[in-house]
Amino acid sequence: MTSSPMINQQDGAEPVANTSLPLWKQDGAEPFLRIENVTKKFGEFTAVDNISLDIYKNELFCLLGGSGSGKSTLLRMLAGFEAPTSGRILIDGVDMAGIQPWKRPVNMMFQSYALFPHLSVEENVAFGLKREGVARSEVKQRVAQMLDMVQLGHLGKRKPHQLSGGQRQRVALARSLVKRPKLLLLDEPLGALDKKLREETQFELINIQEELGVTFVVVTHDQEEAMTLATRIGVMNHGVIVQTAEPHDVYEYPNSRFVAEFIGSVNLFEGKVVEDEPDFVRIKSKEAGGHLYVNHGISCAPNQKVHVALRPEKIRIGKTNPGQKENCIKGIVEEIAYMGSLSVFRVRLESGKEVRVTQPNFARDMGERLTWNDEVFLSWDVDSSVVLTA
Amino acid sequence: MSIQTGSAWVDGSGSRLAKYNFLRSINWGRFAVLAVPSVWLAIFFFIPFLVVFKISLSETAIAVPPYTSLLEWDLEEAYVNLKINLGNYLFLFEDTFYLDAYLSSVKIASISTFLTLIVAFPIAYLIARSSPSRRALLLSLVILPFWTSFLLRVYAWMGFLKKNGLVNETLLGLGIIDQPLTMLQTDFAVYIGIVYTYLPFMVLPLYSALEKMDMTLLEAAEDLGAKPAISFFLITVPMALPGIIAGCLLVFIPAVGEFVIPALLGGSDTLMIGRVLWDEFFLNRDWPMASAVAIVMLIVLVLPIMLIRNSQGKEEAV
Amino acid sequence: MKRRSLFLNTTAAMGFIFLYAPMIALIVYSFNKSKLVTVWGGWSLKWYGELFRNEQIIDAALLSLKIAFISASVAVVMGTMAGYVLSRFGPFRGKMILSGWITAPLVMPEVITGLSLLLLFVAMEGMFGWPSGRGTGTIIIAHVTFCMAYVAVIVQSRLSQLDETLEEAAMDLGAKPSSLFFLVTLPMIAPAIISGWLLSFTLSLDDLVIASFVSGPGNSTLPMVIFSKVRLGVSPEVNALATLMILVVAIGVVAAMFQMRRQAKLLGSQE
Repeated sequence: MTSSPMINQQDGAEPVANTSLPLWKQDGAEPFLRIENVTKKFGEFTAVDNISLDIYKNELFCLLGGSGSGKSTLLRMLAGFEAPTSGRILIDGVDMAGIQPWKRPVNMMFQSYALFPHLSVEENVAFGLKREGVARSEVKQRVAQMLDMVQLGHLGKRKPHQLSGGQRQRVALARSLVKRPKLLLLDEPLGALDKKLREETQFELINIQEELGVTFVVVTHDQEEAMTLATRIGVMNHGVIVQTAEPHDVYEYPNSRFVAEFIGSVNLFEGKVVEDEPDFVRIKSKEAGGHLYVNHGISCAPNQKVHVALRPEKIRIGKTNPGQKENCIKGIVEEIAYMGSLSVFRVRLESGKEVRVTQPNFARDMGERLTWNDEVFLSWDVDSSVVLTA
Repeated sequence: MSIQTGSAWVDGSGSRLAKYNFLRSINWGRFAVLAVPSVWLAIFFFIPFLVVFKISLSETAIAVPPYTSLLEWDLEEAYVNLKINLGNYLFLFEDTFYLDAYLSSVKIASISTFLTLIVAFPIAYLIARSSPSRRALLLSLVILPFWTSFLLRVYAWMGFLKKNGLVNETLLGLGIIDQPLTMLQTDFAVYIGIVYTYLPFMVLPLYSALEKMDMTLLEAAEDLGAKPAISFFLITVPMALPGIIAGCLLVFIPAVGEFVIPALLGGSDTLMIGRVLWDEFFLNRDWPMASAVAIVMLIVLVLPIMLIRNSQGKEEAV
Repeated sequence: MKRRSLFLNTTAAMGFIFLYAPMIALIVYSFNKSKLVTVWGGWSLKWYGELFRNEQIIDAALLSLKIAFISASVAVVMGTMAGYVLSRFGPFRGKMILSGWITAPLVMPEVITGLSLLLLFVAMEGMFGWPSGRGTGTIIIAHVTFCMAYVAVIVQSRLSQLDETLEEAAMDLGAKPSSLFFLVTLPMIAPAIISGWLLSFTLSLDDLVIASFVSGPGNSTLPMVIFSKVRLGVSPEVNALATLMILVVAIGVVAAMFQMRRQAKLLGSQE
């Protein structure tokens, strides 16, 4: 099998110029998966709209989006279940056009797991290896090794219906990994698990990915899942990737209102640019009832309508005026929700705008306890907010 | 092991797997899978109707086979003669016997379908409302007779309904009647036979419709002031409507062309078109007439049923 | 509430009595010594003895079993093909026609199917000399034709319920469509295929009308023999035969139910 599509695991260490930088930040790094201007139409409906994306070796890339955003269609095109209407998909430099799913060096973990109900756990995991004509003894050994890795070695003889949801999930994972694919596609891998199990499994997934050095592409609608798992996130909406960035950047530097609102919660103030300098902008916002000052420049024109995005946890709240000239507004506490680790305040500004503020509960009993109808001052640092033009 | 209800007729197109099977690789294996059943059905299902149509236009003859040929030719004389005989069709409309037979078939099938619905509803309702373990038992009790010979089940009623049969003996013994009733060889016996034979076809779709019904709907109706009888007609019946329609079609369709039941249980005056066709063929040996009866039956009875059923299937697919 | 359930129970119970009373009476009278149905002459197995000595019935039964077995087996293969084509081949030219042909036999009156097939066989014999005469072969062809429709419908509806991601998963793991069918699809639709076979077997074993049209002399199937016997009145031998058939079917249905329940346990949990 000289043309085996599976990667050689011994061949993991590649000469990398600058190991401190991730591949996607290095100039001229070869992408492992290249999606070039891919469009997919179902009749009149455009599910995926001219997407171009490079994913690098050993990445754990998350496609994040709501239902109907096209993320699953993109994944199915990678697996070969759908053919792009136009554009190219290259995996490890090979154009995938016309290559049927059973010939691709790609495996998929299905959202429903799609375990064969008539086969035992072992037979499910062995299914792919047998199709490849791997010798029986090797099949046995590799299946056992894989089941041990997902801690199911003792359940090999069971049928899928005799397993719990979490166990099924791990069988599905083992089955999709046993062929040592170059690329593993995961469709909502944790979606069917309850919250606690999901948290545990997230870290397990990361460990396995790092251990095997397989490139993962994960589709999910769960932003927390994407934040924890991903090396990079591609946020999708209406068939387009709106932003591709590392989890931290997606959260702290969203490039659009859609991304800012989709990931986490955010306060948005509409305003007009009044001063536009290379290292700061000043924005007049009626909603905020004054001027907002942001200490990093953006490409915008004076008088342009923009939005200032401010995360609730970046806002300080207190009854005393912090004496800050910029970025300080007055409001009245309308609602307080005590959530254990933090408290959420809804504050109404004089303009009528509602602002959400979250504060960690540092001490059991905080000195200055806020209550309903308190007049409060909201303030934040000059580098806490982001100006959004889109 | 279930009798197919209406939903099975839904056309299953739009499969995601379609492209691998056909569009991408038209190979011989795939072609054979498509061609074998298609060719079989073309030869043994479709072409026969053309043959029937052809023979319905010929005349009966004392020959083997007992009909004349439509085409006569002599190549040396360059002579081809096409002879079409519409007499069979004309006769169908002239003699009211045939029209009566068609109408009577529809009447008998309609009445029996309605009776089947009346008998089946309580059974289906009871099964749908019983505990899951009892449900399986009761359902198989309904289905079990279906797997025994249809002919023998009809036959069982012969012994039951005849003059000195069990029903008459029991009624006489109880003093309810003092003369044995003539039940066998009447339309009444035919109704009983049809209801009895096709009861499972009605119970199963009714059951599957009723089983899906949310019982809290009835509670809500009663909470809003509807008496049980009212909520039955306002809630239960509309909810069961798809099952009622499917069940009625499943009973009406075979009943309308039925031969065995009228032949064994019906009297000589029980007119049903299936029986007329049979007699035309086996007793009168008039193949062309039998063919004409079949063609008209196909057009006035079978085609409308197929159209209704198709629209049913489409509605359910939505 | 209470009164309503009493009413319901009573009417449903009457329904069940209606279903089973004639069969029970038939079974009881099959053990009647007397030939007269109304007169109870004591218990006897006399009619069973008569039945097994009746060569006409035994031969017809064997012929019917043979025809039913072959017809059901061929119909299952053809019907599965047709059902698979209709649910997995996507849109293709002529699909409407095929699906019409597949479902039409289900609504076709038996007299029409029987007559049309007979006329076809006669016409074919006149043109190609085949089939020469009518008999077992023509009955099997006729039975396959209408049984495959039932199989196709059952298989198609099972396939449409089947989660297509299972088949995609198999492809993703390297199975080509041909091996995929035998490794994944077939095991998943096996219950439907078994049901289809049993249904075909029963329908074939039971068919009187179509067989009467397409059979030849000396090829009487069991229903044809029974029909000619009972047309003239009740026959104690037929009672005995009916009892045996009911017994076999009852055992079969109970066994099948247990098997189904096991299958459902095996396959049901994922759906």
